[in-house]
Amino acid sequence: MKLAPLGDSAVIVTLGETPDTVTVAAGCALAAALEAKPLPGLLECAQANASVTVFYDPARVPKRGGASPFQRVCRWIEDRAPAAGQSPPPSGRQVTVPVCYGGEFGLDLEMVGAAHGLTAGEVIALHSGVEYFVSAIGFIPGFPYLRGLSELLYTPRRRTPRTRVPAGSVAIGGPQTGIYPFETPGGWNLIGCTPWRLFNTYSQAPSLLQVGDRVRFRPINSEEYGVSRSS
Amino acid sequence: MSRIHVLKPGLMTTVQDLGRPGWQRYGVTPGGAVDACALRLANLLTGNPETAAALEITAGGPTLRFAEETLVAIAGADFETSVNGSRLPAWRPVRLGAGAELAIGMARVGLRCYLAVAGGLAVPRILGGRGTHLAAGFGGFEGRALRAGDVLKIGPPAAWAKRFTATLAGAEAMVPAHWEVGAAVRPKYSTAPVVKVMRGPQWEAFDAEAQARFLGERFVVDARSDRMGLRLNAAGGGLLKAPLEEIVSEGVATGAVQVPPDGQPIVLLADRQTVGGYPKIAIVASVDLPLLAQLRAGDSVTFTEIPVAEAQELWLANERLLATVKQGIALHAT
Repeated sequence: MKLAPLGDSAVIVTLGETPDTVTVAAGCALAAALEAKPLPGLLECAQANASVTVFYDPARVPKRGGASPFQRVCRWIEDRAPAAGQSPPPSGRQVTVPVCYGGEFGLDLEMVGAAHGLTAGEVIALHSGVEYFVSAIGFIPGFPYLRGLSELLYTPRRRTPRTRVPAGSVAIGGPQTGIYPFETPGGWNLIGCTPWRLFNTYSQAPSLLQVGDRVRFRPINSEEYGVSRSS
Repeated sequence: MSRIHVLKPGLMTTVQDLGRPGWQRYGVTPGGAVDACALRLANLLTGNPETAAALEITAGGPTLRFAEETLVAIAGADFETSVNGSRLPAWRPVRLGAGAELAIGMARVGLRCYLAVAGGLAVPRILGGRGTHLAAGFGGFEGRALRAGDVLKIGPPAAWAKRFTATLAGAEAMVPAHWEVGAAVRPKYSTAPVVKVMRGPQWEAFDAEAQARFLGERFVVDARSDRMGLRLNAAGGGLLKAPLEEIVSEGVATGAVQVPPDGQPIVLLADRQTVGGYPKIAIVASVDLPLLAQLRAGDSVTFTEIPVAEAQELWLANERLLATVKQGIALHAT
């Protein structure tokens, strides 16, 4: 566990080198343990990949001796860390997401295939043939970072990001795959689109997918996409 | 319930508050006012809690008609304003009569100002906040910037606001208070500020030349800047050399200075992403974020390094100052 300041109002706690299942679970457990007994001034603890970021208001952290609010928060994190061992692991639900691959739904499918000497069908088979796990939700609401992509499909981000990626786009960025919940600018390679809605502000857990979930993709045709989209 | 009719929307006018912390694990940025200090002062001047929802006005302002008598305050950048041809003074409470039309024109200096109304803007609280999340299209007024024809509802004013409004008697469309929040309390806005930063988590990954250039050179604000981030170009040309190795995407903070491979730094503002994979060379001190909120294309900024403990001392001093202002304002209607 490595603690470092992220400016004057946050601490970033790094728990490992890579966002593997063990490190991600440790991050979720730490965030839960910290929020279970919050220090006054704590704003939130956000797990993402191999780290947890702890946000606080330095003016509301209790003073003690000559220690700075940053030092107080670090001390509190170190004191609470052992309790993380008692937190339950992430639920790890199994979710199968329907995807219409290629064509207008995935403008970069052919290009991703060409980059690896694969046909479009082979890319689809590789992408939908494995189980992924969610290592983080971000950078925009409900966007899942999925780990477990076949190495045969690792594809660098586009040199120039698109100014508009359609909502629902399933994409590959380096060693990860993800789903864009909203129309947004984006630099990942688009291979398909899901009719599902990934984010709902009226829900207690507004993101459809949660960190720790196990995700599979199921290829669907454009007809099923249309039916599912309108239902 | 009193109402505001939007006659002209302005270039980008959104409902904002102090943000919605607690949802970053789901990718939801805290958001809120880019210049939180100005929003807080505008709220205090109308008797609101600091966290109340107000209008964030960007570059060119709206024209608004107030259905009933309303106590308002403007804080932040210096904008052209007019109520029946008279200028509405900023940084103080102002009583607008029923039917008054407030026209906010172009920013003269700076970029964003905040219009608070006593009682706050009554928009639904979504995920704990009333601010507009533009990218995801929720919060604020229907999840978007204002348009002509919109009608905003105002919440019930605080007892202080009612008492103070009564002291601003008169038949005129506009009666300003005779006092204001002093310049000593306002952020020290500038078109070329020196902004205090702390070393970022990846500071060591930058080579000595990039570190020296970052703290030594002047950076010019790029026109592609928005609520998400302030994009900078080195004034002397050339790029800041970013480290080659990629980092695992991790949490970011408002004020984080990211350097993507193209070597042009981006300072993350209120609508930043929640997770980022670019190396962060520095983080701006919270106390100086309002200075960045007011920069527009062509303005410039230089960075100077301070330790975390000093940035926190400055923040605490700023909070003590605001608490004093709050007490001072309360005394005006006793």
